[in-house]
Amino acid sequence: MNNFSYLQATQPKEATGAVRDNKQAAFIAGGTTLLDLMKLNVENHDQLVDINMLAFKGIEQTGDGLRIGALERMSDVGENPLVMQQYPMISQSLLQAASPQLRNMASIGGNLLQRTRCGYFRDTAFPCNKRQPGSGCPAQEGENRGLAILGGSKSCIATFPGDLAVALVALDAVLLLENAKGKQRRVPLVDFHLVPGNTPQRETVLEPGELIVSVTVPAAAHTRKSMYLKVRERTSYAYALASAAVGLDVQGGQIRSARVALGGVGTKPWRSREAEKVLTGAPATEATFRAAAAAALREAQPREHNRFKVELAQSTLVRALTELTAA
Amino acid sequence: METEPSFFETSPTPNVVGKPLNRVDGRDKVMGRAKYSAEYPIPGLTYGVLKTSDIAKGKIQNIDTSAAAKAPGVLAIYTHLNIPKLAVTPNDAEGKKAIGAPMGFMPLTSDVIHYAGQPVAVVVADTFERATHAADLVRVTYLTEQPIAAYTDPKAKIFDPQKIQDGKTDGKTRRGDARAALASAPVQLTGVFTHAINHHNPMEPGATTAVWEAPDRLTVYESTQGVTRTQKALSTMLGLPQDQVRVITKYLGGGFGCKGSCWPHTVLTVLAAKGVGRPVKLSLTRKQQFTSMGHREDQTQTLTLGATKEGKLTALIHEKTSTTSPWDNYAESNSKIINMLYDCPNFEASYQLARGNVMTSTFTRAPGEAPGSFALESLMDDLAYKLNIDPIQIRLLNHADKDPTNGQPWSSKSLKECYARGAELFGWSKRNPKAGATRNGRLLVGMGMATASYPVHNSQGMARVRLYADGHAVVQSGATDLGTGTYTVMTQVAADSLGLPPEKIRFELGDTKLPTAPNSGGSVAAGTVSSSVYMAAQDVWERLTKLAIKDKKSPLFGAKAEEVAIENGRLQLKKNKAKGEDYMALMKRAGLDDIEGSGNGKYGAGYETGQSASPADSGYKEPPAAHSMHSFGAHFCEVQVDPDLGTVRVTRWVSVHGAGRILNAKTARSQIIGGSIFGIGAALMEATHRDNQFARYVNADLADYHIPVNADIPDMTVEFIDERDPYINAMGVKGIGEISMVGVSAAVGNAIFHATGKRVRDLPMTPDKILATKPV
Repeated sequence: MNNFSYLQATQPKEATGAVRDNKQAAFIAGGTTLLDLMKLNVENHDQLVDINMLAFKGIEQTGDGLRIGALERMSDVGENPLVMQQYPMISQSLLQAASPQLRNMASIGGNLLQRTRCGYFRDTAFPCNKRQPGSGCPAQEGENRGLAILGGSKSCIATFPGDLAVALVALDAVLLLENAKGKQRRVPLVDFHLVPGNTPQRETVLEPGELIVSVTVPAAAHTRKSMYLKVRERTSYAYALASAAVGLDVQGGQIRSARVALGGVGTKPWRSREAEKVLTGAPATEATFRAAAAAALREAQPREHNRFKVELAQSTLVRALTELTAA
Repeated sequence: METEPSFFETSPTPNVVGKPLNRVDGRDKVMGRAKYSAEYPIPGLTYGVLKTSDIAKGKIQNIDTSAAAKAPGVLAIYTHLNIPKLAVTPNDAEGKKAIGAPMGFMPLTSDVIHYAGQPVAVVVADTFERATHAADLVRVTYLTEQPIAAYTDPKAKIFDPQKIQDGKTDGKTRRGDARAALASAPVQLTGVFTHAINHHNPMEPGATTAVWEAPDRLTVYESTQGVTRTQKALSTMLGLPQDQVRVITKYLGGGFGCKGSCWPHTVLTVLAAKGVGRPVKLSLTRKQQFTSMGHREDQTQTLTLGATKEGKLTALIHEKTSTTSPWDNYAESNSKIINMLYDCPNFEASYQLARGNVMTSTFTRAPGEAPGSFALESLMDDLAYKLNIDPIQIRLLNHADKDPTNGQPWSSKSLKECYARGAELFGWSKRNPKAGATRNGRLLVGMGMATASYPVHNSQGMARVRLYADGHAVVQSGATDLGTGTYTVMTQVAADSLGLPPEKIRFELGDTKLPTAPNSGGSVAAGTVSSSVYMAAQDVWERLTKLAIKDKKSPLFGAKAEEVAIENGRLQLKKNKAKGEDYMALMKRAGLDDIEGSGNGKYGAGYETGQSASPADSGYKEPPAAHSMHSFGAHFCEVQVDPDLGTVRVTRWVSVHGAGRILNAKTARSQIIGGSIFGIGAALMEATHRDNQFARYVNADLADYHIPVNADIPDMTVEFIDERDPYINAMGVKGIGEISMVGVSAAVGNAIFHATGKRVRDLPMTPDKILATKPV
């Protein structure tokens, strides 16, 4: 870990300007990923810009949905009554993530930017195209049990590790971003994360110095009837082997609208329009769910040790849909 | 057998021994007052940080320390080129033998790299952060060779070792003719079992604070399970008399075997402190912990059994292949428990090893017994199903009434009682014998059980008691408390032995200045140290009795020593209890403020034969005794398995053990719970993954190396069968540190089989394996 300077920003421009002007600078909110990676020398910054003083707060119902400030903590959002009642999938994804201590520190914006747990990425003794472009990807033929089966490339199969982003991407969340000029733009979360392709070092569409201000989620019938199901090796404090975020609007046994995203299997939070297409307009039956799950995994490209995820992700999705419609 | 007094005779109805006394060190621990080895605020302290190898095999080409040397606060950077030299290293056979502690290779003695994570430099600075930063600035270039990662590598050379585990165990064992017996056995079963690499991961990592008091005198605050073993290893390597090296371990944040040896980081810290001329503290990072203090090795076991149609075992053949380091022949001796657990006339075992470019594996809780019992107890379960016999019945049918390895009687054995009581507590009779037939909604419910056993190794130790005339006592033994309760149980033993309440006793441990005690390992500590304490108290009474019978003013004047008995601190005639006096009165008359006694507690075969074992090498060589000495137990497990997702939850747990005298009902229960959780972790989630190409771990942290969380563990029921064993030691104590884990993974696997009809033979039994396994 190298020495760094520390700036506590009180205005957005102060923060975004500092990071835009210094390629080695980084924002820090909860720091739960950043400090970890700095200690491992995976990230090296000479300046940390603390954004915790910025007013990116609030968990509120707006005219057409939910707005969450980027600096709200995971635990506060997960346990917020509005979120629990109207957007259960979001609350569940948060409360099944990390540990209570981490959730108390970690911010919503930071969580969406959480970096992969790929062991090759996290150890500088290994080659890694994400960490050191062009150095190679030993995960392809190596210990890839936890790695992605969807959205991978020859240069990278690192799994996006988060839970919240999976729920949000299912529910058509939109991010409000602000750059160093003070200019704001809205980016749908589904377009925010990038698949690795040949540039696995580029993980999002954020410009240098650009900050996440807030997340908005449009309210709909399928947000209230939603759930997040996470399958993991232990009951708490574990990343998903596979997870499913599902929201349904079912009337008279027919699915009117469906939202589906998968976690633990994709190089980014994996919205499955293929599954949604199968579900929409179909009867809410196990056969439909199975067909949807098969569609969601049709493009899967497993490696030696993560082949099980193809079946597990389908089972997870079927289970989530089954439980949601049974409730 | 030498007639020594035993606790059974002098304390037939103990006051505090056995009671659930709260931990005497509990308050200091929760208040943060208990100082661990990296927490001593020593004046002038500096901080050492290891730089470790990025490659697993090759040579150091160049080390550029120029940038690091210029970094602020840096005091020294040591590499193989400039670190102070050792008098003896373990790099040759002679040195290894002299050092004693299992240690086969010392880094920074040449440019050769044997394993990823091998230390290549030690940086010392005035703060931890500056040392850490400077270590990052050290630039090392390597001549890299292709490493061997494991025995499974096609390029690995498999060989038959003559001895394994530092020469303790034969590479091959034969009893009877197992091949012939198998060939004629009507029932034959074979299972191939694999075990993932497991790491001990104590909460407190390896840590050393080294203080050179004089050029030839060293004090080391060390995170070790054995201060004497560390003292001996360090003094040999440094070329100092043993008394010039003092090792102190007042508190230990867990060990589980990884702190049972002397490891390179300790020696490097000592050398760095010598070099800079100031005290140096070095604490391993969690990542370094994975490559610095051993692990349980990756291994495959093939177990074949032959049995009669009625289910009686006739042959057992066990083969194990595992990875060892470039310099060691370490393998857990899995076959020992397979040889002794059941009455089977024919047995054969062999070990195969392959050298990998890895840090050596080492003792890991119940080394050998834990993975060995997984193979045996899984296959016994298969036998039970095949013959449609209840799993407990098949074990009773094969119950070993004597030790099958040597025909000797057991010193004590309560296994049948453990089965019966465990079954009753668990509700085994309600179990539907058919596999895959019990449901709870969507979930499959399974109940499984397994036998546990662990030997009473041979050991001995010393203790000292100083009894003050004011009714207080200081009791000392250089043992260590891994956090399991040594401070507490020894306080209880001293209290009853001296007839004092526990609050009048101060028990001190963890210092080579105290009487020598064995390593806390192999479950020997409780029995050895408690016996030493008890014997030291007896020595005090002997001295006081001598004083009394020679003192004209004593009511006991003129009596013979053997006529005097002690009861609650009073010396009195056995035949006339009214005739006697309080020890305080006696001491006051004699002008004694205090009186000291010392005791040599023997444990295991050495107690029965009267022979002794070298305390620092406990368990090494067992002299022949008339009895075989083991603790026994049974674990019962209920799981609920999600058949679609492959997830397993342990929903109920019962452990019943017969382990001699239980010194403290509360700490003993905690220890069994802890060991069972350790086993559940190994069964369901613990695995360190080593990349095949780089021979380097990819999940060396506690987020990605999974151990159970609270939510994974149900309420656990623990009971002990009362056992009175006069052959094993003066206290009648068998250790419980290891047996708590033996059989656990099999109990979980057997419950999974009962739930699903799937036999998973690869640990850990993660959801992917549950899903991939076909029901039988």
